[in-house]
Amino acid sequence: MRRFSWFNATALTLGFAFLYIPMIILVIYSFNASKLVTVWAGFSTQWYGELVRNEEFLNAAWVTIKVAVMSSTIATVLGTMAAYVLVRGGRFGGRTLFSGMIYAPLVMPEVITGLSLLLLFIGIGLDRGVLTIVLAHTTFSMCYVSVVVSSRLVTFDRSLEEAALDLGCSPFEAFRLVTLPIIAPAVISGWLLAFTLSLDDLVIASFTTGPSATTLPIKIFSAVRLGVSPEINALSTIMIAIVTIGVITASLITKQAAVRQARDERMAERTA
Amino acid sequence: MRRFVLIAVPYLWLIALFLIPFVIVLKISLSDVALARPPYFPQLDLSQGWEGLTSFFAELDFENFWFLTTDDLYWKAYLSSLQIALTSTVMTLIVGYPIAYAMARAAPEWRPTLLMLVILPFWTSFLIRVYAWMGILSNEGLLNQFLLWLGVINEPLTILNTNTAVYIGIVYTYLPFMILPIYSALERMDDSLLEAAEDLGCSRLSAFWLVTIPLSKNGIIAGCFLVFIPTIGEFVIPSLLGGSGTLMIGKVLWEEFFSNRDWPVASAVAVILLLILVIPIILFQRNEQKQREAEG
Repeated sequence: MRRFSWFNATALTLGFAFLYIPMIILVIYSFNASKLVTVWAGFSTQWYGELVRNEEFLNAAWVTIKVAVMSSTIATVLGTMAAYVLVRGGRFGGRTLFSGMIYAPLVMPEVITGLSLLLLFIGIGLDRGVLTIVLAHTTFSMCYVSVVVSSRLVTFDRSLEEAALDLGCSPFEAFRLVTLPIIAPAVISGWLLAFTLSLDDLVIASFTTGPSATTLPIKIFSAVRLGVSPEINALSTIMIAIVTIGVITASLITKQAAVRQARDERMAERTA
Repeated sequence: MRRFVLIAVPYLWLIALFLIPFVIVLKISLSDVALARPPYFPQLDLSQGWEGLTSFFAELDFENFWFLTTDDLYWKAYLSSLQIALTSTVMTLIVGYPIAYAMARAAPEWRPTLLMLVILPFWTSFLIRVYAWMGILSNEGLLNQFLLWLGVINEPLTILNTNTAVYIGIVYTYLPFMILPIYSALERMDDSLLEAAEDLGCSRLSAFWLVTIPLSKNGIIAGCFLVFIPTIGEFVIPSLLGGSGTLMIGKVLWEEFFSNRDWPVASAVAVILLLILVIPIILFQRNEQKQREAEG
């Protein structure tokens, strides 16, 4: 019924070429022997060697991972709580303010979020470093987590929770044994989203950090300001590879889970 | 009791780390500089009770906001941010719509893969995606090498550090935000509507204008806001791809803060930026709500 259309084929080819060619070029030139990023001088992995020997980059990478793990974990807990309150909490005083505060950080320019948090940290005399970046990242990424989790909570059948309560579960047990397993995929993708947002953030980290903690994006930004360098290409290639593997694995796992769920549902129907 | 804890923990977190910081920005934007370091005057002294409170408010003034109107750097930066955001939103729509359209018309078994290919760049570092263009657009860059080799140009074009590079960077990094809502609107569209339009004598082009475009209107609006709103306050793209002539308010705020150390003025810049953003954000929320209601 659908005819092959030259227009559609061209749009897809050009579109995906536009999206992917810059990154492919970046990867190719990370294997360039020349220091000049734009002149090809043969294959070499020397920039990866330089990168591994570069203490500053390694330290920054370690700080970044620490911050990302801590902030995304706290953000997942807080964001899931917030989603549960918004979807299941019923009425309570200040609900409008609460949902407003959940959605506002999503559209807030990063420069403003960064500036306001910095002024807070200075106001209360908190030393800036890993702790302040974690606080800042947790605050904006918990809002993303809460949006992801609440979209799952909205669609799920509430009678399952009620059944658990009728069968003698305490509300907390019902949450742990029924709700949590069902919303787990959303919680996990919320965590992943929070983790990548934290890994990626330059602006808010720049505002909220002190001299003691430099994250990878801050390091990359200050190096890149001086121009293109093959070491940054090598670093980018490693990061692109990790993300690609991560996304493909995640999509395979969700596909498998969907297949399993479909099979379980068929089984349940047959036995019913 | 448990319910109270469940509500209180995220609530108090957001009040402490989102709402209070804003109040501080607002307060500092109305304060005077004291040697460019805190404390700013006036200071709130609660120990003096009501009198302390009234004298605190009496001493706040709009001096910093007046300052913003006297130097045309600021209003030029606001206007140019709006103009760059608007132009690049239109450009992203022109680039993104055909891609979303072709994805929605692709064979169903291909769609998940195409969708993943659009989402994948979104998970890749923003900074790296902007950086990738620096090597391509520079004077000795690959684009110029390619064009010289083709013989289209005789000498390299200056693209990096101009507004053109900023536009390319914005279209590139925000393209997935445009494609996804348009795709989800087009994917739900019933093909028989197009067939009906053609049966009733529409040409394919007018069927597209009269049926497809109106049905994807909500997706277009959502995509445009998702590109427009974050672009206004953008910092990374103008500072890496733009030149000294590229004026964007996110960059101005950054420099006011880190280079000039003028915190009250930086806070005033932030407050006005927020006021500018309120309008598109409210319009966006309304569009989303209308869409939800339409879906029932």
